Amino acid sequence: MRDSTLKKVWIYFLLVVTSLLVFFPVVYAFMISFMSGPEILQGKFFPEAFKFDNYVKVFDRLPLMKYLMNSFVVSLTVMIGQLVVCSLAAYAFVFIPFKGRDFVFFLFISTMMIPWEATMIPNFFTIQKLDWLNTYQGMSLPFFALAFGTFLLRQHFKTIPKELQEASQIAGLSRFKFFWKVILPVSKTSLVTLGAYGFLTTWNMYLWPLLITTNSSVRTVQIGLKQLQSQEMSTDWGVVMAGVIVVIIPTLLLLFIGQKQLQKGLSQGALK
Amino acid sequence: MTTVKAPGVWQRSANLRTGFLYLLPSIVLFAVFLFYPMIRTIYLSFFLTDQNGNAAVNVGFENYSYLLTSPAFLNSMKATGLFVLYTVPIGIILSLFFALLANEKLKGIGFFRTMYSSTMGISVAASSVIWLFLFHPSVGLFNRILVAVNLPQVQWLLDPEWALFSIAVSTIWMNTGFSFLILLGGLQNIDEHLYESSRIDGAGYFYRLRRITIPMLSPTLFFIITISLINAFQTFGQIDILTKGGPSQSTNLIVYSIYREAFINYQFGTASAQAVILFIIILVVTILQFKLLEKKVHYQ
Repeated sequence: MRDSTLKKVWIYFLLVVTSLLVFFPVVYAFMISFMSGPEILQGKFFPEAFKFDNYVKVFDRLPLMKYLMNSFVVSLTVMIGQLVVCSLAAYAFVFIPFKGRDFVFFLFISTMMIPWEATMIPNFFTIQKLDWLNTYQGMSLPFFALAFGTFLLRQHFKTIPKELQEASQIAGLSRFKFFWKVILPVSKTSLVTLGAYGFLTTWNMYLWPLLITTNSSVRTVQIGLKQLQSQEMSTDWGVVMAGVIVVIIPTLLLLFIGQKQLQKGLSQGALK
Repeated sequence: MTTVKAPGVWQRSANLRTGFLYLLPSIVLFAVFLFYPMIRTIYLSFFLTDQNGNAAVNVGFENYSYLLTSPAFLNSMKATGLFVLYTVPIGIILSLFFALLANEKLKGIGFFRTMYSSTMGISVAASSVIWLFLFHPSVGLFNRILVAVNLPQVQWLLDPEWALFSIAVSTIWMNTGFSFLILLGGLQNIDEHLYESSRIDGAGYFYRLRRITIPMLSPTLFFIITISLINAFQTFGQIDILTKGGPSQSTNLIVYSIYREAFINYQFGTASAQAVILFIIILVVTILQFKLLEKKVHYQ
């Protein structure tokens, strides 16, 4: 009995120390975001007061509201696009047997071997030739197809009993109706996982928006942070950190709400 | 005859046609934004290009022989290799440690799980800006700590000896969230009964870890090792914000090098050759991974 209490104390101790260390940089950034220049120079941890001056300033110096809207539109578009494209493909892989399906499946697997960065030069020129620089479609369309997302949904579709398909055929449901009215509703959890994953990764995307946005019309918050940091670097760390906090709040919230779901769903998709 | 046969073929191919229809969006998108550009990259790597990325002069393998003898590129390869070595093993061991802790059934464990996974919700750009401040030579936290314990200050991101190490530290932090979530998911999929029977035998914690947890977790570990390796080779955002490849090229990792060669120097031919080398490295790493680990991985 004493043994297990001692073990518990140990585990709690390790949990507290390590999780605080992991989360510390975020808390520190949060504190800095309320500090004035002199306060930061003094090297304090707690600000004198929680005033929102830096937050007002950051929205003043950057079109941050516009960037936030852009990030939101792009992330939402990619999320919906991925859900549609991946669920259609996963449905075909599970419910429509046809000759050559294994070959197409192999094609999907092979896409995971191509690092996206190795294709970015021609992709940039494709988008340029389509006149899609500084557009939402140029930002989002290249990311709609996703092998990982297809596999994740396929895993879940495979657990759906085949009798359901037979029953729906007898009931006279068309293929698409069966997909839309039966398969998608029963796969809600996987769809939510993939949706959250898609939103999160798109919101955090850096290199592609850097390449194809040349003005603020569709520029995302991540590039806004780069701008902010290069403008304000030596002068106003408080303002820069206010920008950081504004940018990470939406995704942190999404993660806090969906953490359990993401962890379950992603690890299922990881194990084919 | 033909009127009878034609609908037969049509009907027999019904599945093929519908299946293809459902797969069409994916196939078109992969073709346009992945397969075509990959082939185009390989093609361009044999050419000198104009400003608009069109092939101008066929130079055969000259771009490659230039790269493989260029000290700058070899240095970039070396930095990339070191970076992978610094970040992947430590990152995975740390995440595994966190996941093992967070897998204990204790009150309030949900809170700790959220904390460990938090870095997954923080973008590379935001993380980099935070670490830029932590590494700051005068107001940064690390140098303040060094001063407080009477140690000489370090020019973290400005010293060629330290810059790559500093980037590696910040990258490990950025990646723990995702690895942690995946590993925790894997741990929770392990059947409880396995532990119960071993507990009766009076097996210790580390014995169980070595004999049950790690073998049962191996498919997940295998997955996360592969993903971490690939991610490490693709590092870009933190370099762009923290060091811009400097000081004296010490953090010019391969993707940053491709980016600079293409979009700053407009040398699309040599940039494409670098991209092909990146592709080959990732291909080889993935295949090696499968060959080496496949045998050792224990699938349930």
